[in-house]
Amino acid sequence: MFPSTFDYVRAGSVAEAISILDGSDDAKLIAGGHSLLPLMKLRLAAPSTLVDIGRLSELNYIEDRGDHVAIGALTRHRDLETSAVLKHSVPILSHVAGEVGDPAVRHRGTIGGSIAHGDGASDLPAAVLALDATMVVRSASGERTVPAANFFKGFLETDLGQGEVLTEIRVPKVSGGWAYKKFNRRAQDWAIVGVAVVRNGSTRISLVNMGSTPLRASASENAINQGASIEEAANLASEGIDPPSDLNASAEYRRHLASVLVRRALQEASA
Amino acid sequence: MTTTETTSGSKVLGQRVLRREDPKLLTGEAKFSDDLDIPGALHMAVLRSTVAHARITSIDTSAAKSRPGVVAVYTYDDLKDDWAGPMPCAWPVTADMKNPAHFPLANGKVNYVGDGVAVVLAHSKTAAVDALEAIEVGYEELDPVLDLEESLADSNVIHSEIGTNLSYTWELIPNKEAVDDAFAKAAYTVSERYIQQRLVPSAMEPRAVVVVPAPFGGDYTVYSATQVPHILKVMLALTVGVSETKLRVVAPSVGGGFGSKLNVYAEEVLALALARKLRRPVRWTEERSENAVATIHGRGQIQNIELAADADGKVTAVRVNLVADMGAYLQLVTPGIPLLGAFLYHGVYDIPNYSFTCRSVFTNKTPTDAYRGAGRPEATYAIERAMDALARKVGVSAVEIRKRNFIPTEKFPYNSAAGLVFDSGDYLTNFNKALDMMGMDELLAEKKLRIDAGSRKLLGIGISFFVEMCGLAPSRVLASLNYGAGGWEAATVRILPTSKIQVVTGTAPHGQGHETAWSMIVAEKLGVPLADIEVLHSDTAIAPYGMDTYGSRSLAVGGSAIHIATERVLDKAKAIAAHQLEVAEEDLDYAEGVFTVKGSPDRAFPLAAAALEAFTAHNLPDGMEPNLEASVSWDPPNFTFPYGSHIAVVEVDTETGKVDLVRYQAVDDCGNRVNPLIIEGQVHGGIAQGVAQALFEEASYDSAGNLISATLADYLVPSAAELPSFELGETVTPSPTNPLGVKGIGEAGTIASTPAVMNAIVDALSHLGIENIEMPASPERVWRAISAATRK
Ligand SMILES: Cc1cc2nc3c(=O)[nH]c(=O)nc-3n(C[C@H](O)[C@H](O)[C@H](O)COP(=O)(O)OP(=O)(O)OC[C@H]3O[C@@H](n4cnc5c(N)ncnc54)[C@H](O)[C@@H]3O)c2cc1C
Repeated sequence: MFPSTFDYVRAGSVAEAISILDGSDDAKLIAGGHSLLPLMKLRLAAPSTLVDIGRLSELNYIEDRGDHVAIGALTRHRDLETSAVLKHSVPILSHVAGEVGDPAVRHRGTIGGSIAHGDGASDLPAAVLALDATMVVRSASGERTVPAANFFKGFLETDLGQGEVLTEIRVPKVSGGWAYKKFNRRAQDWAIVGVAVVRNGSTRISLVNMGSTPLRASASENAINQGASIEEAANLASEGIDPPSDLNASAEYRRHLASVLVRRALQEASA
Repeated sequence: MTTTETTSGSKVLGQRVLRREDPKLLTGEAKFSDDLDIPGALHMAVLRSTVAHARITSIDTSAAKSRPGVVAVYTYDDLKDDWAGPMPCAWPVTADMKNPAHFPLANGKVNYVGDGVAVVLAHSKTAAVDALEAIEVGYEELDPVLDLEESLADSNVIHSEIGTNLSYTWELIPNKEAVDDAFAKAAYTVSERYIQQRLVPSAMEPRAVVVVPAPFGGDYTVYSATQVPHILKVMLALTVGVSETKLRVVAPSVGGGFGSKLNVYAEEVLALALARKLRRPVRWTEERSENAVATIHGRGQIQNIELAADADGKVTAVRVNLVADMGAYLQLVTPGIPLLGAFLYHGVYDIPNYSFTCRSVFTNKTPTDAYRGAGRPEATYAIERAMDALARKVGVSAVEIRKRNFIPTEKFPYNSAAGLVFDSGDYLTNFNKALDMMGMDELLAEKKLRIDAGSRKLLGIGISFFVEMCGLAPSRVLASLNYGAGGWEAATVRILPTSKIQVVTGTAPHGQGHETAWSMIVAEKLGVPLADIEVLHSDTAIAPYGMDTYGSRSLAVGGSAIHIATERVLDKAKAIAAHQLEVAEEDLDYAEGVFTVKGSPDRAFPLAAAALEAFTAHNLPDGMEPNLEASVSWDPPNFTFPYGSHIAVVEVDTETGKVDLVRYQAVDDCGNRVNPLIIEGQVHGGIAQGVAQALFEEASYDSAGNLISATLADYLVPSAAELPSFELGETVTPSPTNPLGVKGIGEAGTIASTPAVMNAIVDALSHLGIENIEMPASPERVWRAISAATRK
């Protein structure tokens, strides 16, 4: 429960953070620290330098930009949870943020940290996937955007390279129904399985903790978008998906849960 | 929720007095062992085995020794002359019990993941922890023994020097023929097999120890996060080889124990031995994931229980066969834990024939030992689950089967077939009160409605009626069980010259609220303000004698000792007052701190004046010693037997298997009630801990013997969010065994709640043919049981 020794630098701006990252081969950004520090304490991560961007207020905002809402990467879960803009235009996102961990976690953790961490068991990555959000990434060579569908690459691996900072998440407004079903054993726990449904014209369904990244339930999506019944679509929830087995659930049980939760989420989003 | 209540005739006892401990704890004024600022202390860190079973082929500490800040690194070979003997086990339950030698560091072989292999001392905690990574250990791995029945088969023996994995077999079979006969003649029998999973006690404060050598004289002060400073002092003296006169053990504020700090641990022995070796203070604080492997585990049993019953469902015999998991070694009272339940497998029922056998085996896992309830939760679980199974067989309700079998009130004091004398009880009254409060008829109607409507959320109602033996215990009874100590408790009450009162107790609170409760006992007797009373404890220099705190014993034994000491002080004060007023003692009344002459209340002599007289000794009755002080060591004549009805209501989601506890009601009878607020706190925490075993917690191992639930993210300690508001009630049947008429409440909730919840789950699903689900009843387990039952 003690991390290895590391250096600590607090960056005064995004540009400064980028230049420090560029000058090191294993420096890491720290935002809320609520994913990185547990890994460091278990000595599963041992970066030589931490670049603290946690207090960069330039990246802490939630803005209505007409057809979408722009969220600064350093916006805390708690701010998402209580944002009037989100509650009005993307209610699923403030709802999901309120389901993350416990109040202490929600006051420290940031949306950018959660997405950059890219954990398939996290709530917000699956939500932005179902929302078809766009990630804005900045580096020394400028800014690029990446759709959520291309952002999550593998176990704790995203499209971000060393020297890149996730600065903003652009989330399309939601006019139709939505639902988020998080199944866990204790209120503060990670999802054993989670399901996000967004009906914005077509229906998008994403899954939490069904693989090494957040996943789309493509078979269910296709079925429902082609007019299948909710029941039929839900039965396809884990088609083509190979969920993990762990202490809380076997792969078989996860598949079963995914079907139950997709059905319940689709019913709720259609009500 | 009960409202303000008062035990009849008393002023302080029975009041909801706020805990005087809490302001200190809440403001951080209270100091825990790790908070102590000891200049120059060396920080200790222990390298732990990463494999469950292996011979150590090499240990290379050279790189670790040369790291910055490191003062010393030692292995078993370096320290084998630094202690006087192996780690203590104080409860050799049978004459032929096998107890493999167990040292603070592994001697050539590791026997569980977490076993100590080497120790580092450094100038900072981080330097010590970093140095651990630089130690190279070569292991020749052996197959681990993880399963209890596999261990019993002895095909792979862990401790070759004892030649078997069986530590002991312990039997309590007063009349085997009668038991066999009862089974032969039974109209109904049930035969159940239950698994008590291993649990990680998870006290909020992990263990910690700080040893400070005195600047001269060869004395040591040992600060430890322990429940048992007195036992620890004796055991450290013997194990390390330091005169008991040179040891002072202090338990500062201690953040919970639940039995896990009722022990003598390798780190305590190491810290003292190394402080002596290096003549420096040595300190160690356990890390949270270290706590999961290096502090004892609880439970860990396979229970086979059989009941024989006549045509009316009246139970005629109970036969129990246990296999108990000792873990890799015997810790302080490891072998005795199953015995603490051995006498209680008939529960609250009048069962004439009794048979109990326990075989205890070693495994390549963390040693087990006392965990809240210790033996009694296991016994209650087995009998209360089996009674429900019997009810289903006989075709009567869980309520009816219990009513037919209760020990009748007129049989108290009750001589049990297992050989105990139950002090007092009125089970039916307690049960009827619980059933009334619960509104059973509506619940049963709602349950049926949901089944009929094909609801996917089924309701289950589970009953558990528990009895436990606590107030451990008459010393002679402990002797007959081969326990290595007595069961008395010591108390001193002294009224100082300024009439402030010091109460010295041998109990060692670690969250229970003894300072509040003990001062209430004294205030009640003396009629003085609570604020004038100070309770001193947990420091062997201040309270040299004591048996410490565990087994719900502190109030029944320690509280009684205080009550008696207070009486003696008051008697002495009365003699002084009578002398001063020149009347006979019988002519004096006493109330609110003042003696008055019967019939002439204006002739008065305050207790405060008696205290000053006793101190100045200017005018005491002839032959009276100065000072107003009494010391008592009180040995109880019997155990106490608290009991109560606990009822759980669960909702089971048949699609996901998730169980929600929606109501929980406890009607406890702990005898006279000193402070209902403290009682309720104990019951609440106890229920949560028992529910945790039923629904959430399990020390899970992989096939290599690694504990895979070694963080609080994986080991599911529930929080308030998972629990309903508990509904509490009480009945009061005073115990005749002690002057306070109290019984004990520290473990009741834990003992009762696990079977209540499991019975409720089975009740929700029994119409599907489901009779048992293993604990914890995780969603997946419940879902699998439902899938298997509905597929049939
Ligand atoms: C007890 C506990 C319970 C939790 N429960 C849940 C839960 O139920 N559901 C859930 O989804 N999460 C949960 N979390 C995780 C929590 O949501 C984290 O806050 C979040 O995942 C990471 O955000 P952070 O700001 O703390 O990131 P950090 O820990 O600071 O960083 C995480 C990673 O992202 C990188 N990073 C951070 N910001 C950026 C950026 N702007 N650009 C590029 N890289 C960046 C860091 O270098 C690091 O690799 C829990 C955490 C804890 C401690």
